[in-house]
This record gives sequence, C-alpha cells and structure tokens, in this order.
Amino acid sequence: MFVLRFERRAARRPEPGSRRAAGPRSGFTGRTGAFPCAARPESVPVPRYGLSLMTNRSPFGKILPRPMENQTLFEKVWDSHVVRSEPDCPTVLYIDLHLIHEVTSPQAFQSLRSRGLVVRRPDRTVATTDHIVPTTGQTYSITDPVAAKMVAALEKSCAEFGIRLYGIGRPEQGIVHVIGPELGFTQPGMTIVCGDSHTATHGAFGSLAFGIGTSEVEQVLATQCLLQRRPRTCEIRIDGSFKPGVTSKDIILALLAKIGVDGGTGHVFEYRGSTIRALNMDERMTICNMSIEGGARAGMIAPDDTTFEYLSGRPFAPKGLAWEEALAAWRKLESDAEARFDKTITMNASELEPMITYGTSPGMGIPVSGRIPEPGSLGDASQRDALAKALAYMDLKPGQPIAGRPIDTVFIGSCTNSRMTDLRQAARIFSGRRVSPGVRVLVVPGSRAIKSEAEAEGLDRVFRDAGAEWREPGCSMCIAMNGDELGPGQYCVSTSNRNFEGRQGKNGRTLLASPLTAAASAVAGAVADPRHYL
Amino acid sequence: MGLRTITSRMVALPYENVDTDQIIPARFLKTTERSGMGKLLFHDWRYDPAGNPRPDFILNRPEIAGAAILLAGNNFGCGSSREHAPWALADFGFRAIISTSFADIFRNNCLKNGILPVLVGRAVHQELFALAAADPNAEVTIDLEDQTLSHPNGLRAEFPIDAFSKKCLIEGVDDMGYLLGQLRRITEYEERLLK
Ligand code: SF4
Repeated sequence: MFVLRFERRAARRPEPGSRRAAGPRSGFTGRTGAFPCAARPESVPVPRYGLSLMTNRSPFGKILPRPMENQTLFEKVWDSHVVRSEPDCPTVLYIDLHLIHEVTSPQAFQSLRSRGLVVRRPDRTVATTDHIVPTTGQTYSITDPVAAKMVAALEKSCAEFGIRLYGIGRPEQGIVHVIGPELGFTQPGMTIVCGDSHTATHGAFGSLAFGIGTSEVEQVLATQCLLQRRPRTCEIRIDGSFKPGVTSKDIILALLAKIGVDGGTGHVFEYRGSTIRALNMDERMTICNMSIEGGARAGMIAPDDTTFEYLSGRPFAPKGLAWEEALAAWRKLESDAEARFDKTITMNASELEPMITYGTSPGMGIPVSGRIPEPGSLGDASQRDALAKALAYMDLKPGQPIAGRPIDTVFIGSCTNSRMTDLRQAARIFSGRRVSPGVRVLVVPGSRAIKSEAEAEGLDRVFRDAGAEWREPGCSMCIAMNGDELGPGQYCVSTSNRNFEGRQGKNGRTLLASPLTAAASAVAGAVADPRHYL
Repeated sequence: MGLRTITSRMVALPYENVDTDQIIPARFLKTTERSGMGKLLFHDWRYDPAGNPRPDFILNRPEIAGAAILLAGNNFGCGSSREHAPWALADFGFRAIISTSFADIFRNNCLKNGILPVLVGRAVHQELFALAAADPNAEVTIDLEDQTLSHPNGLRAEFPIDAFSKKCLIEGVDDMGYLLGQLRRITEYEERLLK
C-alpha cells in the first residue's frame, strides 16, 4: 500500500564561503562566522547509507536507554539525541522526524536552494497539506490562487528532494499532528519537530516534540539537527477521576487557567499521575497539544501499554523482532522514581468541571457554570488591562454567567480535538437532537482516515441529521486560512486551541471548549453546560 | 551588518501576552516570500476595517518614524511559531525588543533574524514605559557588547544573552554555518544510531 523510496541523496559539497543568504534578512549576511566555540565548517561528508523510518529494526533501540539513573523522561530523550554539546554553544540536537506543511516550509526550501544545499534526510521528513486546503470538495482544484501556489511549491520541493508527501487526494492526508501518530511515524523516545507550535501533540507518545520557525526548518532540512538550549523540566501531576461531562480538554484548559499562558516558558512539561494513565491516546494528545498555550516548549507523557497498543501495527511502526526491541527500549523511557523536576504543579481531576474560555488568550478560562471575572478583582495592573481589553474585544460583561451567551458558529475540529474520541463525544450529544436554528456547525475530521472511520461508524449521519456540516480533513477554522472563517463580531464555540483576536476570522470571537461543550452549545444556540445533555 | 549598539526612541506597546497572530495575522501567511512584511505588522490593530491607518495606533504616529526599539509587554510573541512575525518586525525596522519575558519559539526566531531580545526586570520595564510616556522622543541606548541598556537620566540595566547568540548578532552571521560545521559529527551520530 505504501510505495516508498528510501534512496539517500548525496549532499552536494558546498564550497566554503559560497553560501549566500536567501532573500533579505535585515542585516543578516548568512555568512559563516567564527563562533564562540571556534568550530570551523568542515567539508560535507557524502552519506554512505540509507536509514529509513520504515525499518525492521528500531532506529532508537541502540541509543536508549542511557546508563544513568534518576533521569526524567525528557532527560532520557534529550541526552540520547545530543550530537554535540560544548560550553558557550547551544547543543546540537539530532532530530528523528521532521514534519512539514505548506505554510511554514516554502521560504525554507527557497533558502536551502539558494545556499546550494539539499535535504539531508528525506527519509526522515514527512509532508502533508493541511493549513490552507479547502474542506469542501478537496478532490477539485484549490480555487484560491495563492493557496494553490503554496501547495504547488510544497509538491515541487517534495518531488525535488525525494520527500514523501501526503497531499490532497491521498488516503493518508490530514492535519500534520494527526497523521504523524496515525501512520506510526510518531514513536516514543523520538525527537520530532515541525514548523508549527502544536508539534507538542506528539509528546503524548513519550517523544520530545516541539515547534520551530522557518529558519530552523531549513536547518533541519540541511543537517537533520537543531541548535537548542536545554529547557528545564516541569512535572504536571494530575490525579483523580473525572466527573461526567469532563474531558481531557477541560484538564488542559483548567491547567492554563491556573498557570497562565507563560507559566511554562522555558520548560518542558511532563504530565503524570493516575488521571493521565487512564486516558486513551486521543485524550493524551489533546493535553500535550496545548502545552504550548502555557508557554511550554513541549509536553510529554511516558509511554505505556496504551501507547504501545495504539502504535502496534501502524504502517510505519517497527514490525516483528524490531517491535520487540523497540518495546524493550520504550519501556525504559519512563521517568525514574528518584528523578527530579525543576518544578511541580499538581491538579485534582475529580474537582474539575467542563471549562470554557471567555477572553483572547487560552489562559482566560472558567468553568462553563461560572461567571466572567471582574478586571477589578485582579491585583496586577497589566493583568487588569489585559482582561479589560479582552472583554472589550469579546464584548462580554464582567460578572455575567458565560452559559447562555448566544453563539453563531460551532467548530469541532483541529489538531486538538478532531480524532475519533472527540467525534464520538460530539456525536453522543448530537444524537437525536438538532442544531439550534441559525447556528452554523462545522465538523472537520483531522484526517482522511478518521473521516472514513467515522463514516463507517455512522457518525457522519449523526452530524448531518442534526444539521451540522460534515467536512473534508484540514485545519479549517482553527486558523481560518482556507476560507472557513467567522464573520466580524461572531461568536464561536470551538474545540481548537487558540482564541486570539482574529484567529478564526477578522474580529471573530472564539470560546475554546471540549467537543461535548461545543456540541451542547450548538444544540442550545448558546454556551451550554454539556452535563445537561448527557 | 552586525549589531553592536542601537540608540533609538522606543515604540511602547503596553499589552501583555501579545501573540504572533496579532504581530501578523494568519491570512498574511499565504505567501511564499519573506520580504516586505513590515507593512503588515500588527495589521488588525493598525488599520481600520476599510484598510485606513488608525491614527491613534502607535505604529501610525509620525514621531516613531525610524524607531528601532520596541518596548513590549510581558510574554511577548506567544502562540504560533510563524517566523513571519520577526520578518515583519525586522522589515518594519525593529532591531531590538525589550520585555520582561519572551515566548521561547519567538525568541529563537528573533535571534535568527537579527533582532535582539532584551530581557529586563519588572522595575526597569515600568521605568521604561514611564520614560516613553513622559517623553516620546527619549532615546535609549542598547549596547550588546556590554549587555547594557541605558538612558542619559541615569537609567542603566544589564540584560542576559548567551555568548553564542551574542556573537552571531554582533557579527551578523546566521548560525547555519555552525551547524554545517558539525556534519562529520552528525554522520558519526547517525552511524552510532544504526549499530
Ligand atoms: S489545526 Fe490549527 S493548531 Fe493544529 S496544525 Fe492546523 S492550524 Fe495549527
């Protein structure tokens, strides 16, 4: 089914000093300079072998575990990927898997070409189109000429450098953070990057996964490595079991409300505790996905039997003996009993209620049964200003209950909540009910595979019968680049991850919530508590 | 062109948690270029729905012409990893951003585009906002070599930056060269991986 080429291209030998900067870079010459650690550029060795992800051996088994004790999951993964670390220089970190998409890669490929470089490991690079693809009738050509140009640019680069691309029309196509795990590319112990901040999603498998900018995309394309400073670690310990109507989305929204959107800056989160252990992979991904919303570099969950069961038999997961080897290594990834974290935050899941945001940052969340906070209740002047500004944008009044606020749109989708677990939750509420008149509901599956699976289960009929639109896979209204967007002033209960001003369309207003809360609100025509619909 | 010292007026933007969707909205990411983004900087704050500049928004005021320093609120640059944000800031003319904290990815992206993130404490931060409010023409000097920020009124603060980034900024080089210098080690690592 998967026809792949693993041939490795010989890297062109760049002449020292012949590299040029691509395009204007405000003051940057792109020159290779003398660095503090006095490393000199070496000639580029011609690679001698091909190494593929789809191997019958585990590419990671021989590196892990480290013969050290008292390490955290993060430290184990980080240490096993250090290519070089010297004083006064950032660490050269090896990247196992590089995911790319049409929006943050074109400039990286252009720059790569203009420096005369090639993609070092096309076999460790995976591309999809998701951000700007239409979610209606993808089999037809993209009507937006700029979007078409970006998709064409990615297709051209992938063909030129031998990168596998799961573009429109392919059965594997979908949101980059949905298809990575689905196809088994995402594996425990890996380092994974993507030019997209929600790369943290893959941390649910015990990988170290984080978002990077376009310059870094280019660096990974050229060298399969990144320059990184070692982040600190933060344990997020969550124990207890949920009350009905509470989902993993509510855990992460509650965490963000507690720590704020910069509570994790400079840290990698490791989510632990009995609550996390009881979650399935879809639910774990929802939590890790929004780690970036707390400012964390990444969010990780140690792999366990739930993880292995999910991965077993996936197209790119190790097979046979390699699977056994991989399992043995993966089981050692868990943080050691005596491992120390730089910081610990604890939460009790049994106290949680369904959450929703009322403001313009994901940390502005309250229980759906709660009231919109008063700016005057905050001690810090800049926080007061931020809240007042957010409420002005949202046109919401302090002290009012959030439930009952009329809405225009409901979006169920995005790399946060577009998987089978999410769709089943939404369908549970929609089943036998109708969307409130005048409310537009978009249900956008995360991938074509999810779309097929949902249709096989009959979920599409539940959504359609309720009056919701059942769309093709893509990012859609999470980022509103493909034409799916809010009108000015409209309110949307959304299962996505960002409620920033204009995120879902210019002057649109986003309230982040779980699929249960989103579906209940669609039926009510206003923000609603899902517990009344279960 | 390296960066050693900057003396400039400050453009004060006193908002917390400014995300990269505000710095440059997602609809402008529909491009395969990286130049000419300065005119899109803070687009939806800067222009009214008809596309006319809002005269009260700081970036539209005549007195900030040529300013190279942005004085920003806490946790500047959070959200999306889009490098279009520093591209737009650099294209507009900013060479340094002062704040009490920066989002990690944004900070990295700035350093890769010749923009210096200047981290200051709360007290200095407030003092700078007061200074900018009292005298929009007040010029501060950022000396990267010494890692100091100062004003003739006696204000002086040191800021941290790692040696590597400092060197890259001062020499105006991008760090791809360093990475390309590691290729032998990278190959060795890959060979170890296979054994
Ligand atoms: S669904 Fe949204 S957050 Fe996820 S990758 Fe797409 S645009 Fe980014």
